Amino acid sequence: MIAPPPSGPVPYAEELALGLLADMLRVRRLEEKSAELYGAGKIRGFLHLYVGEEAVAAGAIRALEPQDNVVATYREHAHALLRGMPMGAIMAEMYGKQEGCSRGRGGSMHLFDASTRLYGGNAIVGGGLPLAAGLALADRLRQRAGRVTACFFGEGAVAEGAFHESMNLAALWRLPVLFCCENNLYAMGTALERSESQTDLCVKAAAFGVHAIKADGMDVVAVHEAAARGRAQVAAGDRPCFIEFLTYRFRAHSMFDPELYRDKAEVAQWKTRGPIHTYSARLKAQGMLTEERFLEIERAAQEEVAQAVAFAEAGTWEPVADLARDLHTPEGQ
Amino acid sequence: MSRISYREALRLALRDALAREPRAFLIGEDVGKYGGTYAVSKGMLDEFGPERVRDTPLSELGFTGIGIGAAIGGMRPIVEIMTVNFSLLALDQIVNTAALYRHMSGGQFSVPLVIRTSSGAGRQLAAQHSHSFEAWFAHVPGIRVVAAASIEDARGMLWPALLDPDPVIVFEYPALFNMEGECPDAVAVDIRSAKVRREGAQVSLITYGASLPKTLEAAEQLAREGIDAEVLDLRVLRPLDEAALLASVRKTRRAVVIDESWRSGGLAAEVMARIIEGAFYDLDAPPARVCSEEVPVPYAKHLEDAALPQAGKIVAAAERLVRGAGA
Ligand SMILES: Cc1ncc(C[n+]2csc(CCOP(=O)(O)OP(=O)(O)O)c2C)c(N)n1
Ligand SMILES: [Mg+2]
Repeated sequence: MIAPPPSGPVPYAEELALGLLADMLRVRRLEEKSAELYGAGKIRGFLHLYVGEEAVAAGAIRALEPQDNVVATYREHAHALLRGMPMGAIMAEMYGKQEGCSRGRGGSMHLFDASTRLYGGNAIVGGGLPLAAGLALADRLRQRAGRVTACFFGEGAVAEGAFHESMNLAALWRLPVLFCCENNLYAMGTALERSESQTDLCVKAAAFGVHAIKADGMDVVAVHEAAARGRAQVAAGDRPCFIEFLTYRFRAHSMFDPELYRDKAEVAQWKTRGPIHTYSARLKAQGMLTEERFLEIERAAQEEVAQAVAFAEAGTWEPVADLARDLHTPEGQ
Repeated sequence: MSRISYREALRLALRDALAREPRAFLIGEDVGKYGGTYAVSKGMLDEFGPERVRDTPLSELGFTGIGIGAAIGGMRPIVEIMTVNFSLLALDQIVNTAALYRHMSGGQFSVPLVIRTSSGAGRQLAAQHSHSFEAWFAHVPGIRVVAAASIEDARGMLWPALLDPDPVIVFEYPALFNMEGECPDAVAVDIRSAKVRREGAQVSLITYGASLPKTLEAAEQLAREGIDAEVLDLRVLRPLDEAALLASVRKTRRAVVIDESWRSGGLAAEVMARIIEGAFYDLDAPPARVCSEEVPVPYAKHLEDAALPQAGKIVAAAERLVRGAGA
């Protein structure tokens, strides 16, 4: 049985409260458009959508500071966008255009942005975890107090050696890492209970001696609170923190997934906990959101998507002569 | 004979293996409930049950090592590693345990293990999902490495691999999954020899894996230009079928090696070295290579195409050899 939909008053002033809503809507519209463009053949390769999970990136990323680092997976459009990457740069990347954030070399799974400290975009499950610990180690060694590295990964990564090694090292050396586990209950077709002997991931994390927090990943308020608490603990220099965000993906794993492994009824049930409609209902109930305002936010999101698509369409192809560019760093850089 | 796809050929081979060999079991990520990443094992969980079609968590090192242990313990595991890119997480177990075990134990323990994995680019999956590491495995003594470039091989390589008392890695190619063709109903392919896919007299085009169709296409194009090319499919990447290789080159006196992996330190380099060592005085021209550009495979289609061997590049290389550098 799944929990009832998130409810209760939103404890934030209007700017943050509506900002979180706008963030989730921007992600949702971006993802829906991406799916459409995949169907149209504009986007190719692998495409993993975040529909249903928006509250996690929205709530968590607003708890970070501009100086923080972010490491993400191949399901990372939301993280890139909400960290501040222009939507056009994401869309152009998925088009394979050189105006894309990675010059069109990476596509959907490899969004990078030095200016917002987004270190990818990693398509090897668990691949980002040691990297995050290493970024944090560099911050420790260079005495950059106050910077936290937030590392997002799916619960599937918890079974990889990279998770265990990174958690242990980060805890052992008290590195400032905020481990953000997006537990959407499935790794491709493998349900959590079919992949973990201990399905309470916080119990697992606690064994490493890190702080462990469990949060409702469908509730942007709960996510934001947990992330803010976790970040504060990490920044206090104490030790890493592990947060398990319980969430659910509404769509297939990728565009190739026939979804043989779960019931439509289960998906429908989780949709009643959808992060966007439950949150807007709460805002409306407490008089913080009118239908008019909602439509305004919605229109702005759609406009942003339309502009991103136009930007990508107008983009250009990197000349083939540049194929080997950036294989190595030019001297003196 | 029946007309089937490469994917269906792999599926039939796997089903056959599980049905015929009670000690065989399939183990890997999403082989069961998901239906197999490429739908190769679709329906097999229902048919053979969860003990014989065993889904694993994301633990490549662990489940590959478990396959090795189970093989030593008397089973005949078929380990599926979703793509060769993820096999890098399991490399330690394959190289430091499976490949060495028999020799290092003074012949006491064999590892009758089959690893199936997929390789190659061409579907815009970008750098972390598009590389070809066949040569890394072919470098290591103690394992047999085979590459299924045809429907017949997709259908017929698994069974002899399963009968082999030592570790065998079978490479499969998603770029070929939808290729269709005639396949004999009872296939007995040998996993010890290379195969001439097209007879020719003027130049040997030597390749393996997903480059085979491109190479055959290049040979057709060359034929239209009056150049008679032979196409040799290596099939076995370790140990190389040197006799077949040298026989072809001695006949045609020219060789182009086509390899989707990178040029430096790759399989093509090894093939060329064998040619130079064994047929130097039979050559009319220095052998040539068509490999991937030395960059991570990019996402954008035009860049990906530019990075990989293509029929046009193969044709150009063969023309240079046959007509001379000035052509
Ligand atoms: C090392 C590795 N093994 C396998 C894969 C194939 N793969 C891609 S995503 C995925 C599932 C990951 O699930 P999870 O970590 O829960 O993240 P989610 O997709 O649910 O967000 C798998 C098996 C991979 N990319 N990397
Ligand atoms: Mg998951």
